[in-house]
Amino acid sequence: MTATEVENEIGRDRRRKEDQRLITGRTRWTDNIVLPGMLHLAMVRSPFAHATITSIDTSAAKAAPNVVTVLTGADFGEELGVCINAWPITPDQVTPGHSPMPSDRVAFAGEIVAVVVARSAAEARDAAELVDVEYDELPAALDLKKAAADEVIAHPDLGTNKSAYWVFDSAEAGTGGNVEDAIAKARTDGIVIEREYRQQRLIPAFMEPRSVVVDPTGEQYVMYSATQIPHIVRFALAATTGVPESKIRVIAPDVGGGFGGKLQVTPEEWIAWAVGRRIGKPVKYTETRSESLVSGHHGRDQWQKLTLAAEKDGTVTGFKVELLADLGAYVAIVGGGVPVLGAFMFNSIYKFPAYHFAVQTVLTNKTWTDAYRGAGRPEATYAIERIMDELAVEVGVDPLVIREKNWIKHEEFPFTTVCGLEYDSGNYEAATEKAKEMFGYDALRAEQQQRREAGDPVQLGIGISTFTEMCGLAPSRVLGSLDYGAGGWEHAAVRMTPLGKVEVVTGASAHGQGHETAFSQIVADRLGVPFEDVEVLHGDTQVAPRGLDTYGSRSLVVGGEAIVRAADKVVEKAKPIAAHLLEASVDDLEFSAGRFSVRGTDQGLGIAEIATAVFTAHNLPDGVEPTLDSDAAFDPTSFSFPHGTHLCAMEVDTETGALNMRKYVCVDDIGTIINPLIVAGQVHGGLVQGIAQALWEEAVYDDSGTLVSGSFVDYLLPTAADTITFDIDHTTSPSTTNSLGTKGVGEAGTIASTPAVVNAVVDAVRQFGVNDIQMPCTPERVWRAIQTGGKGGATTEAAMPHFDEGEGS
Amino acid sequence: MTRITLTVDGAQVSDDVEPRLLLVQYLRERLGKTGTVIGCDTSNCGACTVHLNGTSVKSCNVLAVQADGSEVTTVEGLAQDGQLHPVQEAFRECHGLQCGYCTPGMIMQSIDLLNTNPNPSEAEIREGLEGNLCRCTGYHNIVRAVQHAAGQGAPS
Amino acid sequence: MIPAAFDYVAPTSVEEALAALAQYGDDAKIIAGGQSLLPVLRMRLNAPEWIIDLRKIESLRGIRDDGDAIVIGAMTPHSVVGSDPLVREHATLISEAVGHLADAQIRHRGTFGGALAHADPAGDLGAPVLCLGAEFVIAGSGGTRTVAADDFFVDLFETAIGDDEILTEVRIPKHTGWGAHYEKMVRVAHQWPIVSVAATVRMDGGTIAEARVGFANMGSTALRARGVEEALAGQPATEDGVRAAAERAAEGTNPPSDLNGDAEYKKHVVGVLTRRAVLAAAGS
Repeated sequence: MTATEVENEIGRDRRRKEDQRLITGRTRWTDNIVLPGMLHLAMVRSPFAHATITSIDTSAAKAAPNVVTVLTGADFGEELGVCINAWPITPDQVTPGHSPMPSDRVAFAGEIVAVVVARSAAEARDAAELVDVEYDELPAALDLKKAAADEVIAHPDLGTNKSAYWVFDSAEAGTGGNVEDAIAKARTDGIVIEREYRQQRLIPAFMEPRSVVVDPTGEQYVMYSATQIPHIVRFALAATTGVPESKIRVIAPDVGGGFGGKLQVTPEEWIAWAVGRRIGKPVKYTETRSESLVSGHHGRDQWQKLTLAAEKDGTVTGFKVELLADLGAYVAIVGGGVPVLGAFMFNSIYKFPAYHFAVQTVLTNKTWTDAYRGAGRPEATYAIERIMDELAVEVGVDPLVIREKNWIKHEEFPFTTVCGLEYDSGNYEAATEKAKEMFGYDALRAEQQQRREAGDPVQLGIGISTFTEMCGLAPSRVLGSLDYGAGGWEHAAVRMTPLGKVEVVTGASAHGQGHETAFSQIVADRLGVPFEDVEVLHGDTQVAPRGLDTYGSRSLVVGGEAIVRAADKVVEKAKPIAAHLLEASVDDLEFSAGRFSVRGTDQGLGIAEIATAVFTAHNLPDGVEPTLDSDAAFDPTSFSFPHGTHLCAMEVDTETGALNMRKYVCVDDIGTIINPLIVAGQVHGGLVQGIAQALWEEAVYDDSGTLVSGSFVDYLLPTAADTITFDIDHTTSPSTTNSLGTKGVGEAGTIASTPAVVNAVVDAVRQFGVNDIQMPCTPERVWRAIQTGGKGGATTEAAMPHFDEGEGS
Repeated sequence: MTRITLTVDGAQVSDDVEPRLLLVQYLRERLGKTGTVIGCDTSNCGACTVHLNGTSVKSCNVLAVQADGSEVTTVEGLAQDGQLHPVQEAFRECHGLQCGYCTPGMIMQSIDLLNTNPNPSEAEIREGLEGNLCRCTGYHNIVRAVQHAAGQGAPS
Repeated sequence: MIPAAFDYVAPTSVEEALAALAQYGDDAKIIAGGQSLLPVLRMRLNAPEWIIDLRKIESLRGIRDDGDAIVIGAMTPHSVVGSDPLVREHATLISEAVGHLADAQIRHRGTFGGALAHADPAGDLGAPVLCLGAEFVIAGSGGTRTVAADDFFVDLFETAIGDDEILTEVRIPKHTGWGAHYEKMVRVAHQWPIVSVAATVRMDGGTIAEARVGFANMGSTALRARGVEEALAGQPATEDGVRAAAERAAEGTNPPSDLNGDAEYKKHVVGVLTRRAVLAAAGS
């Protein structure tokens, strides 16, 4: 095959390498791992949201069959470590100490107070029932707004629930005007729109429950964990438990989804670590789904107070955002950083001259919150895309018109926003035009009008979301300027085996994304080797010793670029060797399709042959080391900014409030696409998670701080029967921030879809005087909004799970 | 302890088990059939779906003792002589999986669905999979995979 | 996820099962298909010392024609009931409702009698059996007795089956030629209904000659809407003809408020669903 005949791997819809093992059940989930002499852990958890622990009697549990020991926080010293917050967003952030297993006071229902170690999981569970814990219940801070007013204190010793107050102001930063001036002016001769939106509390609900196995035998302590972040876990274990990093190996085997929910250093991991070290035997803990829902970190949970100032024609002059963000009982690893990640995105694709953002993070006696797919950016996109619809109504124009009036034109790129970020590329006009055409926008608007005029019991709404996001976490200097505790680079190594195969080592840690396939495609193109000859290794700190793992749509944009650079170094190292073997000058060589050839001759050598020659090292040039293996670390200098136009048509049964999604179209610009099949999957899945926030999901607590939606019976994930086939496409304006031109796609669907759906619902019933329905838009809330011409109420007052009722039969 | 004897993926097995042992735990912990997984505790997610005497069940919702004398097929028993089952092949072809955790259950339920309805409509596929949760795919490509396995044309 | 330990017995006859019940009394729980019981055991919301499994009692399985009724054995799986031609012809409402019950896997395993004996007021079979005037055959140490559907559901998860008794079969009077529809409102497919309406009607030309209407999740048991039924008799099967009758749907109901809707909402929505269910049952 000659160079011209080689089909590029990048852009091909390669079937995934990962799938063979996953579709045949030949998998390595953490819970599958069984080690000799392994013991099992069961956790004893607090039923109370806030209480003093007055006593823990473990004697009955210790006497139960095959129980090895029962341990409480008091049984451990510093070797238990602490769960760390890596991002104190202000220097004076109030951060409660977070022991994995407190011995004095519990701060949320589900917190661990004792651990049972037994020979089987069943015996551990049986004995856990026998641990007798006495509590003195304390008043619990549950409602976010009341907690922000310090009515009840979640951690009495801190004296306040207010953790941190973080502000960005465009006038102070010198990136824009003064928002108060803009609002004052608009109050006299323009339009001011004030809204308060609720981001309900969500649960990531990855399908694989978290599991951890700790093996303390051998020289290194090994932790297998269903985590997104093996490298960060290793770092945090070393930093907080006194074991040097060189003695710690963390392995993330096959990991069944994360969505941010496995971006955490968890009490369960830390307890398993401490118990394994204490006992000297391997231990395993696998959570139940109910435990997962109550103790794994939650997401979102904000109140958003918004003030938008505009001229009478709809040109926005300023936007002011004031957030309350519920941290839960502790400041998690990213914690208050989540709303900060959204701070630069409320202005979205628009040219706002003035902008002010402030967030107050608040401690409560609920499950801790942290990153969930999108992390800050869905909240920002929701707020701006909902309120742009309100502005359109006020001005009396189509919501697409108001967006076009304010968005950055394609010829204006690169464009520096009011937040000071430079958007490198994009074309909002092109994506919107394509989406409108696929959607049949004008015909659906006509049908909507017809249904309105006819008073049809089924009304039609059209929802729009023209979103952007910042991907590719992250330039380390930017993270440093925001006081984040680590960098944002990624590491890669490319190794040539003696027989000419390629091993790619990446510090990104996939958990379903398809890195093994996409990274293979990149390297196959770069080195000109067959796709099948590339093996991607990851998720084990001993195999991939450097890395910052997978989250924030960073793996391809940052990790992929590191791989490109490492691969290019391999070629550079091979070149003098090729010249030597070909008895040619380096300057006469060209590298193409995996082959060095001497210009103007038919002489050449494949890179695999060079790898073999390097292995034998019989005939290398003087002073050249016998290896082609190369490392690279890439630290981006900027974010990437995918964008897209999403359109949703929703039918609303006005008699019942029931919703029926008719159509969903999206056209996303995510830059260069490596594998369109994987991209489509990311978009589909992202869409459903965003739609699920709009329509179905909510973590609900009762008045005593018990999680009511504590199982999959009551925390409503959609099924195939609740969702539709999506109509997706792309426009492409390559990013200029990395050599592949990629932008990131992991979170796009989730970020974009939520406001598109709610805008559609509100659009369908706006003629009844409705301008907001709180998420999730349950039939009850929609119906009530129609009845009252106002907001749908909350369901929390009537909170009751289905399962408590039954005794079974 | 109760003695049970059953056939799993074509091989006869016999064990003494506690009556409380769930079929899924028996498969995973006693037989090492870890291809079948546990995703919830309320029988909502369907990740543990296997075939019991030829029809799909949630193996978390069957006691091992209740499977005595039965024939069980798991995702590990589908491929024959290195040949994937057509539904397995379709899931790969149509990218009907991402993290893969729900996949064994999805595949087993999809096979059951096609056994009873070889040429289902999209709505019938979606309803037929209502007992299986997936958090990654948005179901779009899972539905395509079942259509593909039913011979309803190329994936898109 | 791991139930508390229990002992297990799988008798091969109703007599043996009754003897086991008599022996273990309150410490025992009967398992039929187990699709509601096992989740409860896994979450340790209940921990019986004995489980008595009915799976080996062949006489409890099957569907037969018994003249003016069809008889469904208590251990007959939902999937068998749902695809049975006798049920389809003579108790169409049951066929309609069973298809909506849980999901395919649970329908393969769960049983007709087990679901009814569990008596979840949000279950899908209670309203249909009320509508069809089913009779419950219950075996005890003194022999068998028959309980009318109206007397079967006592309260939340409580039926007329005594602690020492076993439901063996359900007799359903034939409603041949009656139109039927089951209208189930859910937010996502795998959840319990917000409200369900079961409706079956005997038509006389374009007029509703007789109607039976029942509800799930509108009180502590499945309910029958006699006021609606009376108002429907003699009405034309049109929107207008049915509307007034359907507006009586909430009479006498006491629905629970939960995450999916409060009582007021359910009382509203049951009227809408009743109208739709009746019209669908009438084929219009």
